Amino acid sequence: MLVDIKNLRIAFETRTSRFEAVRGVSMQLGTEKLGIVGESGSGKSLTARALMKLLPSNAKIEADRLAFDGIDILGASERGMRQIRGKRAGFILQDPKYSLNPVKTVGSQIAESWRTHKKGSRKEAAEAAIELLDQVMIRDPRKVAGAYPNEISGGMGQRVMIAMMLAPDPELLIADEPTSALDATVQAEILRLIDDLVSRRGMGLILISHDLPLVSHFCDRVAVMYSGRVVEELKASELAKAQHPYTKGLLNCMPSLMHPKERLPVLTRDAAWLNP
Amino acid sequence: MIKVDQLRISFGTHEVVRGVSFDVAKGGSFGIVGESGSGKSTVLRAMAGLNEDWSGRIAFDGTDAPLKRPPAFFRQVQMVFQDPFGSLHPRQTIDRILSELLLVHKLPDVEKRIKQALSDVALPQTVRFRYPHQLSGGQRQRVAIARALIAEPQVLLLDEPTSALDVSVQAEILNLLADLRQARNLTYVLVSHNLAVIAHLCPQLGVMLNGEMVEQLSADDLRAGRTKHAHTSALRTLSINLEEPA
Repeated sequence: MLVDIKNLRIAFETRTSRFEAVRGVSMQLGTEKLGIVGESGSGKSLTARALMKLLPSNAKIEADRLAFDGIDILGASERGMRQIRGKRAGFILQDPKYSLNPVKTVGSQIAESWRTHKKGSRKEAAEAAIELLDQVMIRDPRKVAGAYPNEISGGMGQRVMIAMMLAPDPELLIADEPTSALDATVQAEILRLIDDLVSRRGMGLILISHDLPLVSHFCDRVAVMYSGRVVEELKASELAKAQHPYTKGLLNCMPSLMHPKERLPVLTRDAAWLNP
Repeated sequence: MIKVDQLRISFGTHEVVRGVSFDVAKGGSFGIVGESGSGKSTVLRAMAGLNEDWSGRIAFDGTDAPLKRPPAFFRQVQMVFQDPFGSLHPRQTIDRILSELLLVHKLPDVEKRIKQALSDVALPQTVRFRYPHQLSGGQRQRVAIARALIAEPQVLLLDEPTSALDVSVQAEILNLLADLRQARNLTYVLVSHNLAVIAHLCPQLGVMLNGEMVEQLSADDLRAGRTKHAHTSALRTLSINLEEPA
């Protein structure tokens, strides 16, 4: 089992109050594709970040078990975590505009990621960067490698981020809203690319998004989160048979091209969803 | 109500909008769809008077809009931006944000109008003395819509009004926009890359590609697949594929 989470709880404490953002999440992941779907504030990003121990210092993490490939994350040292972050588990963030270094060429950023984990010469790293850019379907990898982040489009920037994360050959890829800053067309291209690379390399994937139908196209399983809990977990192919009213609500409230509705149904939140 | 004729916009030597023309009737709603870089937002910004480097004709209600817009223009036309996090002043309360327009245009009954504006967009009155960071994304977008509507405009220009929001909040905002249009007989121009959102709100739409409006068609024609341009068909196919759960 690549990822094993049992009863994960994350709370933020201030002097006077305590807010529980994640309240007992359990999930397991092998070499498969898992989608985590929910609204903002449902705790989906926090769950993924806890796995990499990338939470702010005021967050209190507790779990019965939080393990990556058998390694206990809660007990791991910073030094130990550096062996996992990037090298064994890559993290793709939402907006390439803010996640790439603006004063370094994209080629050198990918090369840096490759060299840190693979230990080769500068020249090998530069060649590897071009090869990786080619793998993420960039047409002229040599030219793009020499470009600065402001000279490339959002979609290309996201491809660069993916190339960078793939450089150390990780076993797990966590993609946190990788396409919400992008166009509908580019969105599909990027997700297809991630899907294809993950399948080809036999990696595990955690795809975080708020777009339920979209995620279902690229994942095997979908976990639906609401207010810090997983309210429903189901096979992506069985999304139409979702039982929980929240999942159904999320599916219904999307405007649809082929099934026009006079008014969009709005989610009516039930207090019972908070404590199932 | 709105007439845009042979609109051309250049940034330096690079022409980004190359002869776009469309009409919107009073109380109508027109959608512009296209990929990033197709020039759809640039068209909208020129219409709102945020860019003075254009040629061609932009007319509202029969009068040509001059390059430099007079203050009265902004009582007629208002715009709502994509990012509710970036378009509200972080150091001003909602009260201050909403009253600014009223002060600029010297409108009476500030107190009453602000209360009315908040209830029009279904925000509680308690929001009035909060700061933008104390509100959720959906509430902020409601404030942005309230700000646009407080000067009682006839035309609302909407630049991706829901793409920064959760799908559940998006549904609420789209319903709100539809209700307001009906209640006040507003004319909308909506820009988005999401074909489903456009088709939901706009009976007529135009497809932009590389600065040109390659096709104009009705939402019904789009649903039925009566498209003429290959780009429209491609966008339609993609949208249908992704909206159905696997």
